Amino acid sequence: MDRWELFLETFFKSEVITRYWPEILSGLWVTIEVALAVVVAGLALGLALAVLRAYRILAVTALIVVFVDMFRALPPLVVVLIFYFGLPNIGIVLSNWTVLWLVLTLVLAAFAEEIFWAGILSVPKGQWEAARSTGLGFGQALVWVVLPQAVRLTIPPLTNRTIAITKNTALGTVIGVGEILNQATTATSFSGNATPLMLGAIAYLLLFVPVVMVGRWIETRFAWERA
Amino acid sequence: MQALIEQFFNLDIMVQAWPVLLGGLWVTLTLCALVIPLGLIGGLGAALLATSRYRAVRWAMVPVVDVFRALPPLVLLIFVYSGLPFAGVDLTPYQAVAIAFALNSSAYYGEIYRAGIASVPKGQLEAARSTGLSAAQTTAYVVLPQAVRTVLPDLVSNTIEVVKLTSLASVVALPELLYSADMARSITFNASPIVLAALLYLALLWPCVRLLSRLERRMAA
Repeated sequence: MDRWELFLETFFKSEVITRYWPEILSGLWVTIEVALAVVVAGLALGLALAVLRAYRILAVTALIVVFVDMFRALPPLVVVLIFYFGLPNIGIVLSNWTVLWLVLTLVLAAFAEEIFWAGILSVPKGQWEAARSTGLGFGQALVWVVLPQAVRLTIPPLTNRTIAITKNTALGTVIGVGEILNQATTATSFSGNATPLMLGAIAYLLLFVPVVMVGRWIETRFAWERA
Repeated sequence: MQALIEQFFNLDIMVQAWPVLLGGLWVTLTLCALVIPLGLIGGLGAALLATSRYRAVRWAMVPVVDVFRALPPLVLLIFVYSGLPFAGVDLTPYQAVAIAFALNSSAYYGEIYRAGIASVPKGQLEAARSTGLSAAQTTAYVVLPQAVRTVLPDLVSNTIEVVKLTSLASVVALPELLYSADMARSITFNASPIVLAALLYLALLWPCVRLLSRLERRMAA
């Protein structure tokens, strides 16, 4: 067997592909499901925290800063393991899917809050003052004048961060969430062949290369508009 | 409340687990000392290729970088560690981690350098060349110093991510901090060792995150 045949036999064995591709596909759906749930909940929570911080209540700000710093500093896998193995012992039983979703949501919310907050700070003070002087309340000025300008600025960094955190859905495999990587490693050990791992990698590429390309496009487009 | 303390902040168990975790912390630090320089150097190489004078080279780099940015690092690691042995390439956990994370972090560092290089005005390049500097000298003495200054916060931010990334090495049984903590957890049936590991990560990275916030604010001002 020459090297090329060995390569095909190891990573693209046709019998293994036909036997296991449905498993990888079901993993792909789980990955998409968790990813979407994390993006929606994480961005919403991050924005809510940034808005809350804009009210500049000392105790609230301090709590938010501690939360954000912690989840920016901790490796997500550490938090996943603490929640997954620790919480059941104090009577909180969450499914592995829920643990993965919750942890990634908190991580994304922390990074998103920081980015949204930087966006809010970057809006010139005159915008606030002008909005308030027309008779808008604080909340109204925030929602109708400041946030629309702030969010535009945050789109490029937010996109990149969201992509990076969404890819962490692969951590679910450690606690047995049946996402792509989990299906691929299981199928690899059953089949004694690395083809499912290759299928899994291809599934991730199909899912994330377009997202990365859109992220790149957003980055250049917004950079260009700023200039 | 008592159960919570028992389960997450059990001092007796933390004291018992301490020596094991300290060993793990040391492995984590050596891993960082290996992967961060590899990523910084690999990323610089990737960025220089991505901004090359030759269009073919520039275009060829885009899919390469995109592939390594699109693959979750854990997927890349498992592929290198569990997939390559089927092709006859046997790697130790340490080697697999070094290869997978070097590729992953090079792609990320590379994108950061590239953005920095793109931000240096063209006039700088032309002025440097017109003073008689060669293309390589211009890159090394004029473009890169300005580029690195501009993207310094992003470089720091990515370095924090790389340190956090090393925790994934626990999945391939490399006895770094998280792996040691999880071993202690499975022996004691108690989450306190992982909480202790989390505290060590915080001690290591919280100052960096604070520094980063200040750096970001200063650059924005």
